[in-house]
Amino acid sequence: MVAGHGMVGHRFVEAAIERGLTETYDVVVIGEEPRAAYDRVALTSFFEVGAEALSLLPSGQYDDPRVSLRLGTPVVAVSPRQRIVTLADGEEIGYDELVLATGAGPFVPPVPGHDLANAFVYRTIDDLVAIREASKKAKRGAVIGGGLLGLEAANALHQLGLETHVVELAPRLMAVQVDDAGGRALGRHISSLGLTVHTGAMTEAVLGDRRTGRVTGLALKDRKPLDVDLVVFSAGIRPRDSLARAAGVDVAERGGVLVDERCRSSDEHIWAIGECAAPDGRMYGLVAPGYSMAEVVVDTLVRGGEAVASFTGADMSTKLKLLGVDVASFGDAQGTTEGALELVYADDVAGIYKKLVISEDGTRLLGGVLVGDASAYGLLRPMVASGMALPENPEELILPSKSGSVGGIALPAEAQICSCNNVTKGEIEQCVADGAASASDVTKLTKAGSTCGSCKPQVKKIVEDYFAATGKTVDKSLCEHFPYTRAELFDLVLVHQYRSFDALVEAHGRGRGCDICRPAVASILASQFNGHVLAEGRRTLQDTNDAYLANIQKNGTYSVVPRIPGGEITPDKLIVIGEVARDFGLYTKITGGQRIDLLGARMEQLPAIWKRLVDAGFESGHAYGKALRTVKSCVGSTWCRYGVQDSVGLAIMLELRYRGLRSPHKLKGGVSGCARECAEARGKDFGVIATEKGWNLYVGGNGGAVPAHAQLLAGDLSTDDLVRYLDRYLMYYLRTADRLQRTSTWIDSLDGGLDRVREVVVDDALGLGTELEAAMAAHVDSYEDEWAATLADPEKLKRFVSFVNAPDVPDPNIDFGVTRDQIVPAVHEGPVDLGTTIPVGAGR
Amino acid sequence: MSAGVPTIDRTTVCRVDDIELEGGVAALVAGRAVAVFRTFAGEVFALDNYDPFARASVLARGIVGSLTCDGVNVDFVASPMHKQRFDLRTGACLDVPGVCIPTYDVTLADGVVLVGRLDEGRGA
Repeated sequence: MVAGHGMVGHRFVEAAIERGLTETYDVVVIGEEPRAAYDRVALTSFFEVGAEALSLLPSGQYDDPRVSLRLGTPVVAVSPRQRIVTLADGEEIGYDELVLATGAGPFVPPVPGHDLANAFVYRTIDDLVAIREASKKAKRGAVIGGGLLGLEAANALHQLGLETHVVELAPRLMAVQVDDAGGRALGRHISSLGLTVHTGAMTEAVLGDRRTGRVTGLALKDRKPLDVDLVVFSAGIRPRDSLARAAGVDVAERGGVLVDERCRSSDEHIWAIGECAAPDGRMYGLVAPGYSMAEVVVDTLVRGGEAVASFTGADMSTKLKLLGVDVASFGDAQGTTEGALELVYADDVAGIYKKLVISEDGTRLLGGVLVGDASAYGLLRPMVASGMALPENPEELILPSKSGSVGGIALPAEAQICSCNNVTKGEIEQCVADGAASASDVTKLTKAGSTCGSCKPQVKKIVEDYFAATGKTVDKSLCEHFPYTRAELFDLVLVHQYRSFDALVEAHGRGRGCDICRPAVASILASQFNGHVLAEGRRTLQDTNDAYLANIQKNGTYSVVPRIPGGEITPDKLIVIGEVARDFGLYTKITGGQRIDLLGARMEQLPAIWKRLVDAGFESGHAYGKALRTVKSCVGSTWCRYGVQDSVGLAIMLELRYRGLRSPHKLKGGVSGCARECAEARGKDFGVIATEKGWNLYVGGNGGAVPAHAQLLAGDLSTDDLVRYLDRYLMYYLRTADRLQRTSTWIDSLDGGLDRVREVVVDDALGLGTELEAAMAAHVDSYEDEWAATLADPEKLKRFVSFVNAPDVPDPNIDFGVTRDQIVPAVHEGPVDLGTTIPVGAGR
Repeated sequence: MSAGVPTIDRTTVCRVDDIELEGGVAALVAGRAVAVFRTFAGEVFALDNYDPFARASVLARGIVGSLTCDGVNVDFVASPMHKQRFDLRTGACLDVPGVCIPTYDVTLADGVVLVGRLDEGRGA
């Protein structure tokens, strides 16, 4: 019996299934929340990704038939003598062994007014739902508590658009994890984001109207009251040990079920793991120690009590990103070890603070604090844990390095890389030796990097180093004709200025190419030289969509999508589209990109249709290309009473700037005129959202099968800076992405992810900025409308015929039905000849 | 290929130069849509234009390429719909074993491409 289905309870069940505990025990799991276990570490991202993405058990059930999960009913009492638990609905269930995994609850200081309606805690998805609801009617919010969770909560209020205050009793933020200087650096970062930090401030009361439950402010000791209408308590957590207390099981002085190193309580059939437990009297408010405890109990039960594993304390190291600021703390962060020395690097301008705590004799790293740049964490934490000797110049571990990495230091095999899931470097290497082909394979197989994710770069590096050391190479060839990736081919074309597929394949490939490399090379040539896709020698490289400048549909007809920049169109032009559709009998539909799709055009009709459209001032919308599609916009400040900038004007400018840009995959943009985000810009490869001061630029958004929210690349930009960054971002993507890789997966694949993009695009770390901008300028200058150029060239038009020997006969295989007053492709059912000896008669 | 096809069954398609190297055209042969391709080496092949997977008459618009199968170079066309590849010589699908589309007899005379009737009797 497991009481509690949070992250630790879930881990217990997983381990029980893995280690075969379910062969001897039926496992009953009782959860209080209506949801199955979810990732509480990433709770704040709930607003962005929703409950489903956070779930650790999306199906709601375990595959093992001997595990049953009951949600929405807490255990309310335990009778150790009869070994029975009572549920809230009165049901009684017997157990052989009871594992308490009830977690911790938020500590709410008993100040007057703490129970007003707009005073919240920050612990569950339901809490967040309630906060979000209340934030709609609130303007200013305060978080009481400036620790790790408090800053998470502050981030949430900030994201919800509230003016946000952080009220902390201690003289610095994150008092447990960082030191004074680190706390100050963190405070500066947070203040620069527009949040107000009040340290050394004691909350005396939540002010408000008791009758309506409304919050009006916070009374602070020796300070002026804060004018806020929403309050979140995040002043620490307390173990939820009441079941054990009521059952007469020993609890620790400061709370938590007192357990031994096997996590067994004073009752031999009751165990406690996670935040509700207090091994040796101390509770651990992190998930990794909870996971270790779960493993220990499973191990002990599997071996019938004869455990080899034990829980003897945990690494309390943490790395997280709070409000966009990296913060890490590991080992003896406060330097409390006798005789410990400190090595500090501080850059107040860049907001970076790094401190190493070193043993008295200077040979061992004991711990440290990193604020603003925690990239060294992946290396430093295992150095502490494994006790390896410090290198000759330890300061290099924290000095900003040109290469941006602290490579070159070999960790021992027993160094723990993933502290959440206790995976060592040796285990990662073994996993690769056993056949894992990538860092993501390793994560799937070992769980390394699957919880907080802070060790992912380190995992990737170990995998790559292992491949390099063993001479094993991962085949990244595009296809059998080119032993290169798309990015490498792009560089080859850039360096050698090849203008044709033939020249490239002769110099660097073999054979005559295929349906994979030919369009990829065509796209690379188009990205760099922007010639017509149907130019001599290019035509036969194109996929059929590019080859006919239209999107092929299921019956072999095509769709026609004229460009409507930013979705803005005059009535006259709308009428032209309507007339063309009517005259050619086309099906019409509004697209998701704010334009109009005309479907059902036979290939031979395309020139005549486009002649009408081009004459009326339309141009190709590139709906058929791996190219810029649209830049969607909301109506913006011109009309909308909420708009703060002219989103339509910017969207049109951007769409016209990047039109015709061939890229590794299709590209979409969006511009919203205010934070309400009606253009859904964060679902696009690049999204721009207006602020009072300018524009926020988001990158890497994606709808489609794997939706992704675009992430903030840079904020409050002028229009000039926005365009400069976008030029660089798009060109960097064009140059380095794989074939058919959208921006979101491309960013994930980069070493350093979004931070890397920011370094290259915003900080110009590679010194490529000017070159990337020049490449984009060349594209903009050389743009021409593909359809107008095609109509002007008889050679290109020659191919738009149904049959080369019967141009007046339409293909008899194409026919239509009618649905809701418009044409649709006729459905062809029945057997299709797939290679019988007499294929005649199949007709179509 | 079957032999002895009477010339009366042949249909004139176009001049051979009208088909791009590594390109294809659609032709109407005895009421059927036929895809006629020209490889890099200049050889001309004809297949049924009908893609049996997508149930659409589109193969002439596919990409012509080559592939090494068991050490032998195979010229193929990839359907523009879902990219299944068909051997230009035999009509055999390279991705789905057992699937084969009809091929047609091709003759070149004075730079003109003639396509004959269906190549029947070819086993699956």
